[in-house]
Amino acid sequence: MFWKLRLPLILTFCVGLVPIVTFFLTEKVPGVSFVRDKVEQYMVIIAGFALLLGVVNVTQSNIRKIEKRKPGWPFAVSLLAGLFVMGTMGILSAVRVGPFQGLLTTADGTVTPFYWMTRSFFSPLQAAMFSLLAFYVASAAFRAFRVRNVEASILMIAAFLVMLGRTPLGEYAFGWIRGGELWLPGLTDWIMAVPNTAAQRGIIIGAALGGASMSLRVILGIERSYLGAKH
Amino acid sequence: MSPETWYDPTRVGAPLVLLLLFSTVVLLMIRLSRQGRGMFIRRIAGIQAMEEAVGRATELGRKVFYLPGAGSVDDIQTIASLAVLRHVATLTARYGVDFFVPNKDPLAFAAARETVQEAYLQAGRPDLFTGEIVQYVTYDQFAYTASVTGMMVRERPAANFLVGAYHAESLLLAETGQTTGAIQIAGTAEVAQLPFFAVVCDYTLMGEELFAAGAFLSREPAMLGSIKGQDYVKAALMAFIVCGVVLEVFGVHWLHDFMTLGNGH
Repeated sequence: MFWKLRLPLILTFCVGLVPIVTFFLTEKVPGVSFVRDKVEQYMVIIAGFALLLGVVNVTQSNIRKIEKRKPGWPFAVSLLAGLFVMGTMGILSAVRVGPFQGLLTTADGTVTPFYWMTRSFFSPLQAAMFSLLAFYVASAAFRAFRVRNVEASILMIAAFLVMLGRTPLGEYAFGWIRGGELWLPGLTDWIMAVPNTAAQRGIIIGAALGGASMSLRVILGIERSYLGAKH
Repeated sequence: MSPETWYDPTRVGAPLVLLLLFSTVVLLMIRLSRQGRGMFIRRIAGIQAMEEAVGRATELGRKVFYLPGAGSVDDIQTIASLAVLRHVATLTARYGVDFFVPNKDPLAFAAARETVQEAYLQAGRPDLFTGEIVQYVTYDQFAYTASVTGMMVRERPAANFLVGAYHAESLLLAETGQTTGAIQIAGTAEVAQLPFFAVVCDYTLMGEELFAAGAFLSREPAMLGSIKGQDYVKAALMAFIVCGVVLEVFGVHWLHDFMTLGNGH
């Protein structure tokens, strides 16, 4: 009971107070910067150990998938190959063994194998995933802007005006009237700065208070679900 | 050393007053709630729909996916997500439906595994818990997205829960889930991602609803009291904002000056 529940609650209380107290105190108070830095350092160390736990879990679960020939098992083979090739190269490059001299470039300026793998495989794959976002935005926008009710209609009109006002076409639309080229961009700026910002701030204030209330519950040990414990 | 140099004078003002006001009201409401005073919390559609989503997965004989977001356990959204995860895991254990929790952050992974294991134990079905329910995927944002969207397309889960801190991956995950026909319940306090979830998901817990979800599901008096206290502080802040606007209109700036931090915000 003590190790599984009381000690984590005591630690949570003490560590949770650190950012609150140090927010108000200056660096001149003895121990403030020491405690704050130590908490941050321990967070990194714990995350490092947890990452090791994650790697072990990925390896175990994917080996199981390959052994049982579960659907999609070839993906598991590719994942494990990527994990171990990149992982081994990264470690060897960090400790500078043999041809693996550094993470980015060697002393003579040539690209290391690890960086070559990152640049040739990892970065393009990341970019491909990110670029898919454009297509997903288009299909989500199509669904959002279908005129089904009053709210959806208002959303569609506002979106149409904002998109038009952000393009050169917005300036040309009323450009034939003196000063008219600023009408649509001005309307766009007003929509973004007034109704849009007001709605966003409402959500932000609510979320900030919700987050503060949740933090208080965690610090006081009322909220314990992150420990797997019942309230 | 003089006491004036101990504290930052630009921060000891409005932040300290608000901190004390907030803590006092929340603790008072927790106390009142524990003493048996009834606390009404409005129904939140997304929370009500969770059982329906798991029930649908049971009927279809398909999996339930729970994605706890991209944040670590130092992000309060992840802690809120773990409270919801506990509830969903209890439901999947009770109905005996297949459950899958892929993780991006290693610390959140460790906490999620503990949470799900305990939920299965307390639901009386520890036999259903296996190491394959909660899995670590990768720390990279888009590699995680590629892996999870791939699994969504191949396994076609009946219900997806996307609850926690999300960034650019939110729409990729939610839109893929939508195309597979899953019922989707999302929750985040990231304002930039909320429109995507609102458009693509069937139910969305917006901002404070995410943080209230754990308290609402637990029905614990202390938890409900804290939500009520938070609502009272919100009402006070709204009054504060209106007062500030009126005073500024009449050229009185002391409230604005009091609320301004040393860095000008």
